[in-house]
Amino acid sequence: MTPSLDRRAGLSRRFSRLGEPAVEWAIRLCGWSAIFFVFAIFFFVFREAAPVLFGELDLEEFFTSVNWRPDSTIRPQFGILALLAGTASVTALAMAISVPAGFGAAIFISEFCGPKAREALKIVIELLAAIPSVVWGFIGYMVLNPVIIWTTGAPIGINILNGGIILALMSVPVIMSVGEDALKAVPDAYREAALALGASRWQLTTRVLLPAAKNGLLAAALLGVGRAVGETMAVLMATGHSVQIPHGVLDPVRTLTATIAAELGETVVGGTHYRVLFVIGGLLMVMSLLVNLTADLIVNGVRGRPNT
Amino acid sequence: MSLEAGLFTAGPIERRKRRVERVAHVILLLTTAALILPLFAIVIYLVVKAWPVLSWSFLVENPQHYMTAGGIWAPLVGTFYVVVLSLAIAAPIGVLAGVYLNEYARENWLTRLVNLAVVNLAGVPSIVHALFGVGVFVMMAGFGRSVAAASCTLAIMTLPVIITSTREALAAVPFAFREACWNMGASRWQTIRTIVLPNAIGGILTGVILQVSRAAGETAPILFTGAVFYVAVPDSGLASFFPYGLRDPFMALSYHLFTIATQVTGVSEALAYGTAVVLIALVVTVNLVSIVLRVRLRSRRKW
Repeated sequence: MTPSLDRRAGLSRRFSRLGEPAVEWAIRLCGWSAIFFVFAIFFFVFREAAPVLFGELDLEEFFTSVNWRPDSTIRPQFGILALLAGTASVTALAMAISVPAGFGAAIFISEFCGPKAREALKIVIELLAAIPSVVWGFIGYMVLNPVIIWTTGAPIGINILNGGIILALMSVPVIMSVGEDALKAVPDAYREAALALGASRWQLTTRVLLPAAKNGLLAAALLGVGRAVGETMAVLMATGHSVQIPHGVLDPVRTLTATIAAELGETVVGGTHYRVLFVIGGLLMVMSLLVNLTADLIVNGVRGRPNT
Repeated sequence: MSLEAGLFTAGPIERRKRRVERVAHVILLLTTAALILPLFAIVIYLVVKAWPVLSWSFLVENPQHYMTAGGIWAPLVGTFYVVVLSLAIAAPIGVLAGVYLNEYARENWLTRLVNLAVVNLAGVPSIVHALFGVGVFVMMAGFGRSVAAASCTLAIMTLPVIITSTREALAAVPFAFREACWNMGASRWQTIRTIVLPNAIGGILTGVILQVSRAAGETAPILFTGAVFYVAVPDSGLASFFPYGLRDPFMALSYHLFTIATQVTGVSEALAYGTAVVLIALVVTVNLVSIVLRVRLRSRRKW
């Protein structure tokens, strides 16, 4: 062996003795970083929120009062009931549209159309998912707004209906792709058995596939809810800015996320208002955590193995 | 109806079954079309409204007269810097984490915890990422509202998707490849470096490219961590390509669209539509690149 090759072999041996463990530790640390970041987000959001959460904030008023008057010089009030109602109403309308539509499209793509159309539709849906939320908000604000005024005669077109439609279009890709995965996960033997008994594709879908895939479909709907509750820019621009309990779909509302986005920039760092916005952020975090954990448990079970 | 004819013609149950099938087919088709066609209509409408301002000079000119005229150069460059920096942070961590999950992690509670953390990190609302960014990068790390703080915030937001797509790309490499390499006496890391990563690089790249479009479009996480209303930027020359330092606040395309659509008065509509169209075009182009790459790699795959 030539000396240089010998040295290279020695180097690589030394690398495998020292370098390789280092690389493997770097990989392990990166792998664990996700846990670290989730805890860090929790920690910092709650650290900023803690002084008012365990101090001056009246939690009963916080959850039951509709008065959101953070800037009042006489007596600031922090009641988020109206904001909760705003988030709930917009999310509910969005889900009422997007869950049936998303499942319908998922069934169509997975069971009713040919392979070429399927590929094309999936690409279009992927592009639909890629449109940024601020552009959706812009569409709601500039395009849908006059359309709603014109069709319903409402004084303002930026309201629950507008935000609900926009959020529905935004959450359809998630619901559809997760729903389609759930349908695809049903073993082909089930399909063959049903077809052999003379079932039509629609009978196959309703009697066999939907019951077999119900966990996955439920998870798809939940992920859609998670997306809708956490969405910020689109609802900020498309749902209007009145803090109120809505009485119909044509009322403008304000959601939890939009409140943070609209007000954080104007608060004094470390002030009560600033910290209450972090409390709302913590609440949103807990809500999305519950939704995601539930969806994950439904799909993967307690031990992390997919249910069949 | 005689028995012989009844054997070969559809009975009432069969006819009803076919009718329901046809109706279901049409309804599902219409549902799918109702989700997609309005989108095309809206995009065409946006392009038509934006047509008066769409030109090369719109891209390379800075906003003028309190953002009521001019182009979008300053926000475009800002978006570029933040996206590149955030990916430079998130891609290495995310890819290595994907390697860990697919190649090293055993089936135990720790791996389960990591997987749950990835799922939850992906589900954290973007505005909560913004709060985290304000608390950690802007205040505690002392970056202030800057390119650095916004990039770090965006990096954490894009991380879970990069991890997931990397893991999927690695899982698509057949296990026999690894076994063959181990049998040659290669160590675990040597196998990953010489066999697994080269075979999965296409899938990993697609995932990372997709995050370019996500990071470019996000507004909420940069809202309080660095994006600002207006920054005066050199109009021409080399300086116009490097307008922002790491510690400087910046303009971003997504935030710019938000401000000129809702905050600034006296903006011509076409300007706002133009910004929206450029943002859509940017995101769609990046996505198409990733799709084309994916299709080509799939057709060239050796196994």
